[in-house]
Amino acid sequence: MSRSPIIRAGCLALALAWAPALWAGQAADSTVAAHPATDVDFWSLLFVFVLASFIGLGVIRRVSRLLHTPLMSITNAISAIAVVGSIIVTGGDYPPEIRAMGGVALFASMTNIVSGFLITDRMLKMFKTEEKRGEGGHA
Amino acid sequence: MTHAIQQLAYIIATALFIFALHWMNTPATARKGVYAGVAAMTIAILVTWVQPGVIHHGWIVVAMLAGTAVGIPLANVPLTAVPQRTALSHAFGGLAAGLVGTAKYYLWLSEGPENLTTFRMVAIILEILLGFLTFTGSLMAAGKLQEVKWIPQRPVTYPGQNFINLGLFLVAAGLGAALALHPTAPWAPMLFPVVAGMALLFGVLLIIPIGGADMPTVIAILNAYAGLSAVAMGFVLDNKLLITAGALDGSSGLILAIIMCKAMNRSFTNVLFGAFGQVQQLKAGGELKVYKPETPEGAAQVLEQSSLVVIIPGYGMAVAQAQHKVRELYDQLKKRGITVKFAIHPVAGRMPGHMNVLLAEADIPYTDLVEMDAINPDMPQCDVALVVGANDVVNPAARFDKASPIYGMPIIDADKARTIFAIKRSKNPGFAGIDNELYFSDRTWMLFGDAKNVIGELVKQLAGGSGH
Repeated sequence: MSRSPIIRAGCLALALAWAPALWAGQAADSTVAAHPATDVDFWSLLFVFVLASFIGLGVIRRVSRLLHTPLMSITNAISAIAVVGSIIVTGGDYPPEIRAMGGVALFASMTNIVSGFLITDRMLKMFKTEEKRGEGGHA
Repeated sequence: MTHAIQQLAYIIATALFIFALHWMNTPATARKGVYAGVAAMTIAILVTWVQPGVIHHGWIVVAMLAGTAVGIPLANVPLTAVPQRTALSHAFGGLAAGLVGTAKYYLWLSEGPENLTTFRMVAIILEILLGFLTFTGSLMAAGKLQEVKWIPQRPVTYPGQNFINLGLFLVAAGLGAALALHPTAPWAPMLFPVVAGMALLFGVLLIIPIGGADMPTVIAILNAYAGLSAVAMGFVLDNKLLITAGALDGSSGLILAIIMCKAMNRSFTNVLFGAFGQVQQLKAGGELKVYKPETPEGAAQVLEQSSLVVIIPGYGMAVAQAQHKVRELYDQLKKRGITVKFAIHPVAGRMPGHMNVLLAEADIPYTDLVEMDAINPDMPQCDVALVVGANDVVNPAARFDKASPIYGMPIIDADKARTIFAIKRSKNPGFAGIDNELYFSDRTWMLFGDAKNVIGELVKQLAGGSGH
């Protein structure tokens, strides 16, 4: 695959992200002055996001084309990391209606984790070389 | 101290997620990737659960058990149903992000409005917009793939469609910006559900004009959105693990979408707003072309005489559930010392890599699954190209017919083979509604019928005495 579409898409994404990011960043800066207690280090979060995206692009580009379907199901499971946020909301000392929303989110995330990892493994078991055919024949 | 342990655990989980994806670069190590992913997820769940802020455990246990109970059957669907399962899990991912964003907004509104900084609000708005539009959009995609009755399979288009979609999105974004600036205004708690509702509606409107042939791209784009909504949740909750894992998912969806778009020679905007798949008007006054039919007996004789056979599978193979019969044919030919390869077009099927999984399930070694760019140079040496339920991906019109909607799309050069057999259910045009030049070539013979039956016949001919 040639580089250019990725770079083009990356530039587009950056351009799209830039306006809200700058806005939010400035707001974060001014908030730090106004309410030191609610300080969130916006810029380091953005750094993490950008660097993780580059790692993601680099790693995913090397994934075998044979495995694009399992890739999609394993990334489903990985993005169900939303389970972390769901646990915090469901288990926190909050009003029941808030926790109920968290509970549904937790159910949805857990479904993705369980089905995502299981089906990925089920599919990957099927990929065999000529020599391995017939061994441990999982249908 | 707990904070330090938590952060350290999150870093380990991040590293394991990266390794999980890294090991997917070859089938030999891929299963190790699943174990790494499971380990990372287990660490993340446990470390989050033992946090001092998490005090109610009953609901957590119930929700997790319910999720597991639904997840296990979802993991055991037939592999032909994997596209809709994938779309459904994008819907779940979007729903989770949208709900957590909503919960956090109302929580902070009542218990700590000072937390609703503009930065947090921008992240919350992005999270619910992406989350909810992914939710309904993916549900629609799953419904279309599952061929649910009340969801139209054919693209639904109407005048001014793109204008309405874009307008709705801009209004939602505008209202979202107003919310971000005035999160605690008296009207804000009422406006928030309106924005969420618009995102839900937008997801539906975005998917109804999309046809089956574009599903691989759309699923990949929804995959990216689901990842990005998790990233937004990370910004809301100030959680770097959510950001890194979401970014990995987002970039995976982005790359797959780019590969799919390149394989169709189209752009994102064209897929999302182009309403492909509309049935083309048949050209009036065109010359009447005739198919040359062939019998399984005749085809089997030609196959026997070949030294290189390339099988080109398409979505029709999945529909007919013909992959196991294809494997029997593969075995019959292999037994005669014939080289058999499978030519896999990136957009064959309904999601990226769909054909590979189906053929692997039928116990065909992955070393004989060859991608388009690698097989095309060999096609002129190929004795028989057998097209099983594929159509647009072998249509030579993509090379020369500028009027064709698939013009410029890279194709598998089936027409360069010495003999072409095409199995086709009916004489209707394929999904994109285009006549296929390949079927009228001098060297093409058609095998009409259900793919499973036709290949079954071929196998029978090859297995029972090869004297005639």
